[in-house]
Amino acid sequence: MATTTQQAPTNVVQIHKAQSKGESLWYDAWKRLRRNRFALIGAVIILLNVIMAVFAPQIAPQDFRKQDLLLNNATPRWVLNIFPSMVASDEGGYVTVSNKFILGADNLGRDLFSRIVYGSRVSLLVAFVGATVSVLIGVPFGLLSGYLGGRVDNGMMRFVDLMYAFPALLFIILLMSFFRASFVGQNATGITKTLSDIDAASGGMIFIFIGIGLTSWMRIARLTRGQTLATREAEYITAARSMGTTTPTIIYQHILPNILGPIIVTATLTIPVYISFEAFLSFIGLGVNPPTPSWGAMISEGAANIRSFPNQAVFPALALFLVMFAFNFLGDGLRDALDPRMRGVD
Amino acid sequence: MEGVSVPLHNCLIRKIDQMLAFVLRRSMWMLVVLFAVSIVTFFLLRAVPGGPFNTERGLPPGVLENLEAKYGLDDPPLIQYVNYIVDITIPRLTDGSFRRSFSEDYLINIDLPFGDERALRWMNFGPSLRQRSRTVNSIFQDNLPISIELGFAALAVALAIGIPLGVIAALKRNSWFDYSSMGVAILGVSVPTIVLAPILQWIFGVELKILPVSGWGSPEQAIMPSFALGFAQSALIARLTRASLLQIMHEDYIRTARAKGLSERVVVAKHALKNAMIPVVTILGPLAAALLTGTFVTEVIFGIPGMGKFFVQSITNRDYTVVMGTVLMYAVFLVLANLLVDITYAWIDPRIRYD
Repeated sequence: MATTTQQAPTNVVQIHKAQSKGESLWYDAWKRLRRNRFALIGAVIILLNVIMAVFAPQIAPQDFRKQDLLLNNATPRWVLNIFPSMVASDEGGYVTVSNKFILGADNLGRDLFSRIVYGSRVSLLVAFVGATVSVLIGVPFGLLSGYLGGRVDNGMMRFVDLMYAFPALLFIILLMSFFRASFVGQNATGITKTLSDIDAASGGMIFIFIGIGLTSWMRIARLTRGQTLATREAEYITAARSMGTTTPTIIYQHILPNILGPIIVTATLTIPVYISFEAFLSFIGLGVNPPTPSWGAMISEGAANIRSFPNQAVFPALALFLVMFAFNFLGDGLRDALDPRMRGVD
Repeated sequence: MEGVSVPLHNCLIRKIDQMLAFVLRRSMWMLVVLFAVSIVTFFLLRAVPGGPFNTERGLPPGVLENLEAKYGLDDPPLIQYVNYIVDITIPRLTDGSFRRSFSEDYLINIDLPFGDERALRWMNFGPSLRQRSRTVNSIFQDNLPISIELGFAALAVALAIGIPLGVIAALKRNSWFDYSSMGVAILGVSVPTIVLAPILQWIFGVELKILPVSGWGSPEQAIMPSFALGFAQSALIARLTRASLLQIMHEDYIRTARAKGLSERVVVAKHALKNAMIPVVTILGPLAAALLTGTFVTEVIFGIPGMGKFFVQSITNRDYTVVMGTVLMYAVFLVLANLLVDITYAWIDPRIRYD
C-alpha cells in the first residue's frame, strides 16, 4: 500500500510534464515522418536533386551546350559492359569508346551527364512551380466555394467540372502551341514582348508553367472545398462567428490551418504528374527550347536511336524515375504523418 | 405504416424513374461540356498565328484566297464555328443522289427502309485541310480503332495485375508479399510511360530481342505498349483494392459470415470482394481518361499509327478540322466514361441515390 501511494504522485507529475511540452500537430507529424525510412530517403533524394540543380555549373564537368563532334555518340567502357548490345569499335562494332564522358555523349557530341545535371533544373522548377500555382489558385477557389456554399458553390463547382472534362493533355498541347506561336517572334509587343522575353530567358519554361498551372488546380480546389464544407460546421467555427469574427479571419485563421494537411499531401503527390507532363511536352517538342536540356527531350532524342545507343535514353529515364519515385515516397510518408486516418486509402 | 405497405414494384419503378432522370440530367450536362470544349478549342485554334496553308515557301495570294474560300476559312470565325457544329450535330436525310465526297463524309449512315435509297446521315467532321485526299472521318476509321485497342489492352493489363495484387496483399496483410507488392505499387506510380517505354524497349527489344522494339499489327507488338501504358494504373488499382478490402474485412457482416462457418474463400469471394470493388469502379472514369490520353505518349514512343501521332502533327500543321475532331472525340469518350462510372457506382451500391 505504502509503495503505491508513493508512486502515484510521481506518475501524475510525469504525465503532466509530458502534456505541458505541448506537442503541436506539426511536431507530431514530423515525429511520425522521421520514423518513416522511405519518406526520408525520398526527401534526401529530392534534397540532393535541389543541390544538383542549384550548383549545376559547379557539378557538371562541362557546359551543356559544348559539342565535341569528333566524339559524337562516344561511350565509356563501363557503359558498354552494362549494355551488351553495344559493341565497341575495337571489337568490330560501331561504338566509339571514350572515357572522356562519364555516361557517354549524345548524337551531337554533348556530355550526357552534364545535360542530366542541368536537366534537373527544369524538372524541379516545374515540380515546385506547378505545385505552387495549383495551390495558389486551387486553395482560395475551394475555400471560397466551400465557405460561401449555396448557389455560388454550385456555380463554382460546375466550372471545375467543366475544366475537368477537358482532356488535360490535349488541352495543354493546344495551349503550348498557342503560347509559342503567338508570343514568340518578332511581332510581339508590350506584355506579349515581356512574356516572350521571360520565356526566352527561362529556356521556354514560363509557358510550361502557365499551361500546367491552368490545367492542374482543379483537384486541389475540389479537395479544399470538400474539407472546408466539413470544417465549416464545426463548433469552434460557430464559436468564432458568435464572437463576431469576420469571414476572412474565420477562413484564414480557423479553417485554413485545419485543412492544410490534406492539401499539402495532395500537392506533393501530384508533383510527379507535373514532372511527367513537362517530360512529355519536351518529348514531343513543345516543351523547353533546345539546347536547354530537359530529361523529356533527352529521352526523346535517345529513343530515336534506342537500337544503337540505348544508354542515351535509359540514363535520363532513370533520372526522371528517381525524382518521381522520391516525390511519391515523400508524399506517401507525408500522408501517413499528417493524417494517419488516410493511411492506405486512395 | 404507409411506408411499409408500399409494394416492392413501386419502389422499383421509383428507382428506375430516378435513374432515368439522373441519366437525362447528366446527359444534358455532357452536352454543355462538349459545347464548351468545342468552343474553347475552336477559338484557341483560330487565335494561333499561321494557318493550314502557310507553307514554308508560301502560296501565291490568289491560290491562298481560293483555298480559303473553298474551305470556308474566309468567313468570320463565328460563322465558321456555327457551320462546323451544324455539320456535326444536325443529321441529314439524303436520297439516292447522295455521293460521298471530301466535304460530305458522314460517320454514321443509317439506311432507311422506305423511299428512294434514303438514308439518315450524321456527324460530318469535314475534310482534312492538310492531307488533301482524306477526311477527318476516314482518319477516325483508320486510326481510332488502333488507339481504342491499345487503350483496352492497357486497361486489361491494369486490372489483371492490379486487382489480384491488391487482393492478395490485403489478405496476407503485413507479410513479405504485402510489403513487396505495395513496394511495386509505389514503383509503378513513379514510372510514367515515358520512362517505362524506353527501358522496356532496351531490355526486351534491344538486349533480349524477344519483342519487337516498335510498330503495330501483331500481338507481340502490342505487349510492350500496353504494359508500358497499363503498369502505372495497375499500381493505383492494387493500392486501392488493398485499402478497400482491408476496410471491408473489418465489417460486421464479414464477421457474421465467418461465424456462420463459411470458408474463408467464400467469405472473400462472395461477401467482401463485391463491396471492395466500389472504390475501384469509381476510379475507372479517371483511369479511362488517363489511359486514353496516355495512348498518346505510348503511340509516339512506339511508333503506333493511332490518333496520337495525328493529333500532334495536326496541331503543328494547323490542320483545324483534324484537331477539332480529335479533341471532340476524346472529350466524348471521357465524358461517357464518367457517366458510365456514375451509373455502375449506383448500381453496385443500392444505398447511393441518384441526385
